[in-house]
Amino acid sequence: MRQYEVNFIVDPVLSGDEIKEAAQTYVNLIQESGNKIVNVDEMGLRQLAYPIKKRTTGMYYCVEYQNENPEFIPKMELALRRDERIMRFLTVKLDRHGVEYNDKKRKGLIGKKGGKQEKLKEEIKEVKKKATAPVAKSVKSEEE
Amino acid sequence: MASREDIKFLNNPNIGKQRKKYCRFRKFGIKYIDYKDPDFLLQFINPQGKVLPRRITGNSLKYQKKIAVAIKRARHLAILPFVADNMK
Repeated sequence: MRQYEVNFIVDPVLSGDEIKEAAQTYVNLIQESGNKIVNVDEMGLRQLAYPIKKRTTGMYYCVEYQNENPEFIPKMELALRRDERIMRFLTVKLDRHGVEYNDKKRKGLIGKKGGKQEKLKEEIKEVKKKATAPVAKSVKSEEE
Repeated sequence: MASREDIKFLNNPNIGKQRKKYCRFRKFGIKYIDYKDPDFLLQFINPQGKVLPRRITGNSLKYQKKIAVAIKRARHLAILPFVADNMK
């Protein structure tokens, strides 16, 4: 049983539902071929380090799965290559350290507390709170 | 008889000595290098986005190779740039 990890970047120009649909087709493809999905990670909209197909951002997805049939991977890659919604993809075979690392990462054991990513998450939460709060207030004022 | 600790130097003898480099992966037991973590990989590239040599980072050969692979994977996924002007 080997564990693989496939990353792909979906075109952000598509609408939110279309992006999710594109990701879901590949999750389904993996599952229908008799593989076990370990984890689906939606990394969200990220800034690209350089433009790809004249886009500067992309929706990142990372799917981890266990596979026994080696013929499946070229098939999967061909499907990804033919799909116009996918900007980039990368399949990686994980060694046992990689499996362990991803397991720990999911449990939140990796990364210092108060690190950059956590701070960003907190900031996003605060922004969301601020964005929702004034709306609620304005609704109240209208009621009055 | 004065012991060695009693000898007072006029100048600090530790100045000018280079600290010994070490492989941080060996020292801290890091076994897997995450290619999706740009902040970590940033330590091993120069401002132009090139991979830093082993003589500067002090990595052992085994982990230097893994770092190089991780950086190349990150570049393919547009997590790190191939060329940059001022990364740091």
